[in-house]
Amino acid sequence: MKNEWPLWEVFIRSKSGLSHKHVGSLHASDAEMAVENARDLYTRRNEGVSIWVVASKDITASDPDDSDPLFEPAKDKIYRHPTFYEVPNEVTHM
Amino acid sequence: MTSLNLEALFQSKIDEEIKIEPKDWMPDAYRKTLIRQISQHAHSEIVGMLPEGNWITRAPSLRRKLILLAKVQDEAGHGLYLYSAAETLGANRDDLVQQLLAGKAKYSSIFNYPTLNWADLGAIGWLVDGAAIMNQVMLTRTSYGPYARAMVRICKEESFHQRQGYEIMIAMANGSPEQKAMAQDSLNRWWWPSLMMFGPHDSESTHSDQAMKWKIKRKSNDELRQQFVDVTVPQAEYLGLTIPDTKLRWNEARGHYDFGEIDWEEFWSVVKGNGPCNKQRLKARIKAYEDGAWVREAAVAHAAKKEQDKLPESSAKAA
Ligand SMILES: [Fe+2]
Ligand SMILES: [Fe+2]
Repeated sequence: MKNEWPLWEVFIRSKSGLSHKHVGSLHASDAEMAVENARDLYTRRNEGVSIWVVASKDITASDPDDSDPLFEPAKDKIYRHPTFYEVPNEVTHM
Repeated sequence: MTSLNLEALFQSKIDEEIKIEPKDWMPDAYRKTLIRQISQHAHSEIVGMLPEGNWITRAPSLRRKLILLAKVQDEAGHGLYLYSAAETLGANRDDLVQQLLAGKAKYSSIFNYPTLNWADLGAIGWLVDGAAIMNQVMLTRTSYGPYARAMVRICKEESFHQRQGYEIMIAMANGSPEQKAMAQDSLNRWWWPSLMMFGPHDSESTHSDQAMKWKIKRKSNDELRQQFVDVTVPQAEYLGLTIPDTKLRWNEARGHYDFGEIDWEEFWSVVKGNGPCNKQRLKARIKAYEDGAWVREAAVAHAAKKEQDKLPESSAKAA
């Protein structure tokens, strides 16, 4: 359809100190309307103090079929976690 | 990977309670079932605005009017969350809307019944939203991530819908004899259609087994209906109203209420388009869509012009 409005992804900061978080998507003719629609659609009960909208077509996502090779390298590096190390009982504040 | 392996992997994720996300591999039938179910659910929210929306100007007080406005606006929101969830499966919003307008898509039959007086607004919030909540609470745990997340958001909003309806019923049930009679009359008219909202008996329900295996749903139609009857009967008793079912009684052995049989002929007749308001509802949706056409066009033209104005002088001329 020729007059279809593009899709936008909506991110809301629920309160100062927290990151914006993806909440869903909506259609709007431009970015400005997307912010206004996001206000009406996703913050009717004070759910937010700040809104980001991103055109859905501009999001690049990793391919779930590649998620094994993509995330595999991190899996065996247990030495990156503090639990890998033994701290003697006598030693504190560590 | 062969499709057999993919399918086995998919089912094992479902069995392990790992949510399926939009770009994950999924069987075609799972995708199709979800698009059908989610879009029907979205259509129900949108059409569901009509029986209540036509009472906004006639609400008995400013307080009730503000509440009703907020509720109807929520239902619009629910429709939009759900259309977005369907779009993550590759459905196109405009196609879905066209299917509704062409009469090809289903929506909940309950909205094909008329709202005759103010008591009906109480009965709808209490019973119709109440029945919807039963179903939607189950769906917060559905296997498809975006659908489950939309349901969590919707359920948070629904409980006010049911409470405001019950509050209307309390006011009317404790009002003048005429008001109490109106409350009873609306319970009489909305009770059976509300039970029908859960769909056919499990034995008659064609898609049920597969939907359970895929964990799209986790409770059967009959289970949900029983759960609804069990919680609603005491609420009716509190109001001093009588549920219009002579077979309704507590069954000690089962630990549930027994209740009478739904008029399935009526159910199927409304599903097939012959309910009291089917034509009226579609007509209202088509009119809203057509009346809004110029707004959609103008917004697109405005956005295109703003884009154009943003371009530097030279390239704007070249274009
Ligand atoms: Fe709703
Ligand atoms: Fe509702």
